[in-house]
Amino acid sequence: MNELALLLAATLASGTPLALAGLGLLLNEKSGVLNLGAEGMMLVAAVAGFAVAFHTGNDWVAFGAGALAGMAMAAIFGWLVIWLGTNQYATGLALSLFGGGFSAFVGVNYVGKKLAAKSAFEVPILADLPFVGPALFKQHPMTYIAIGLTIAIAWFLYRSRAGLVLRAVGESPESAHALGYRVRLIRLGAVLGGGALCGIAGAFLSVVYAPLWVEGLVAGRGWIALALTTFATWRPARTLLGAYLFGGVTMLQFYLQGEGVEIASQLLSMLPYLATIVVLALISRDPAWIRINMPASLGKPFHPGS
Amino acid sequence: MIEMNKRFLLQAAVAVLALAAIAGCGEKQAPKPAEAPKAEAKAAPAPPPKPEPLKAAWVYVGPVGDAGWTFAHDNGRKAAEAEFGDKIKTSFVEKVPEGADAERVFRDLATQGNKIIFATSFGYMEPMLKVAGEFPDVKFEHATGYKTAPNMRIYDSSFYQDAYLAGIIAGKMSKTGTIGFVGSFPIPEVLRNINAFTLGAQTVNPKIKTKVVWVSTWFDPPKEGEAAQSLINGGADVLLQNTDSTAVLQTAEKNGKYAFGWDSDMSAFAPKAHLASAIVDWSGYYKKAIKDVMENTWKTERTVWGVKEGANDLIKIADVIPEEIRKKVQEIKDGMKAGTFEVFSGPIMGNDGKERLAKDIKADQAWKDKVDFYVKGIDGKIPSAK
Repeated sequence: MNELALLLAATLASGTPLALAGLGLLLNEKSGVLNLGAEGMMLVAAVAGFAVAFHTGNDWVAFGAGALAGMAMAAIFGWLVIWLGTNQYATGLALSLFGGGFSAFVGVNYVGKKLAAKSAFEVPILADLPFVGPALFKQHPMTYIAIGLTIAIAWFLYRSRAGLVLRAVGESPESAHALGYRVRLIRLGAVLGGGALCGIAGAFLSVVYAPLWVEGLVAGRGWIALALTTFATWRPARTLLGAYLFGGVTMLQFYLQGEGVEIASQLLSMLPYLATIVVLALISRDPAWIRINMPASLGKPFHPGS
Repeated sequence: MIEMNKRFLLQAAVAVLALAAIAGCGEKQAPKPAEAPKAEAKAAPAPPPKPEPLKAAWVYVGPVGDAGWTFAHDNGRKAAEAEFGDKIKTSFVEKVPEGADAERVFRDLATQGNKIIFATSFGYMEPMLKVAGEFPDVKFEHATGYKTAPNMRIYDSSFYQDAYLAGIIAGKMSKTGTIGFVGSFPIPEVLRNINAFTLGAQTVNPKIKTKVVWVSTWFDPPKEGEAAQSLINGGADVLLQNTDSTAVLQTAEKNGKYAFGWDSDMSAFAPKAHLASAIVDWSGYYKKAIKDVMENTWKTERTVWGVKEGANDLIKIADVIPEEIRKKVQEIKDGMKAGTFEVFSGPIMGNDGKERLAKDIKADQAWKDKVDFYVKGIDGKIPSAK
């Protein structure tokens, strides 16, 4: 029972960076812009966050630096795809490759450096409960922030006027433009918001989760987050659950190995992608599902006045 | 027309991004330029026919950093440089991926006039073998491999001796009776370490259990940390790893458990969790190899050094470890130094109940090269390497 609680706790921790990045990309994609550069943004933010944590010793400042670094990367991407109308797929891939090389280059001096040890976090009173305490209430605050963000983003997208406008831009930029909304600025805002969340996810990895910096630290989590948005059919709550599912698969694999169960780790590490393909296949059989949730103009550039 | 301009801008921007990425990569792979100008400056004002310094090069799989496998190799390189002074000129290329890139790097280094080249990772074996055939005058040295050529030889250390010593400490320090190991790949080298760790622990606590988790990588800190966390969750309270980062140690620190440093002194990363660091010191071998080339005594052979030759050691043994255990570790270490103590001495039973080494027999090198089983006391089965 106790082991199950610890497995749950590890799953929450492992899913948190995926959830943060996945929610960011969800915002991003709801506005009709597909950013394949998540991995690159997270890497640059990871090294920025680590450097700031190393010099200031303050994790929250480091998360802020990660968010800013993610936004800076997203701004480059936004300018290229929104104003210059470049191909979103190619630009996103270029951003990922660039982020990988750039983070390695600027991070050389931080490889093998250590951060000051931190005390463990726990929620007062609740952490002492049997089972649920160790399972749910001894997490880094970022875990709870990710859950709060999920609710906030769901409210924003489906209950607020601004969210409605954002979705309209993602569905039909021409109509939104005709109504007088500034499609490009709204899209840039969504891209920057996505970059900020991917950045916080990257900084969380290097400052709290690892906690250290090495080249390629993010190790494919940006791609999993991208797969996650599709897997979750662009719904915030499903994104969070999907993140825990993918995080749980990783932890379960190690857990089973430790228990002596023979299982191919390669098989489990491809599960998130396999699950995404299955979801894609399923939703493509049911056009209504796609029409409801997938932003209709996803990946298509918009030229006002054309 | 505006459309055209936009397209041009896009292409330019993508090209700039791509170039920046390539430039970033290129920079890392070029040999450190710092050494080159120094040597040139020395060569210029020297009219007497001074013998050309012997050029030696190292190829690293990771960044040098402050700790770990590559750091240990680079310390060896520096020691060789200090020993021979201006008689040699060393350089290194770091972060060379195993595979086609490595081949290009070896060829470049050979063309640049290096007379001896050290390759410090297992996966460099095939590329180095290929390049060795093209440069018969250059000596090639490959760490941890098993293939040789007339001008290529191999060298290795005996990390399992460190793992055994660490096991003795782990056997004492474990309160749960379960110890954990984060493994990279199920190859004989790693299996030797896991077995030695377990055998060492059993000398103190015969009932100890070892749990093993494989991460299929040498270096992926978040993954190593997750693996360590799952071992701890499963009841293991002393961990050892065969991966290269400090993540396992740091995860143990976070959980209030114990772990060991690996490859180099990692005590600074986890002051409370750190029990000792298993280290490897390549400087002796690097000095010998360069001397062999200088004195024309270089010949193809296989060198396996260990505690006896000063290549392996367990250092920074923490204060929390009881005196009797420190004494025991020291005794065994002395036995290893004298060459009288062998970790793999029969009878050794596999965890499938089969006898793997008969009573009163000490394992030879051929036996150690083929280790493909868990000793009794380790949970589970080795994942098939097929």
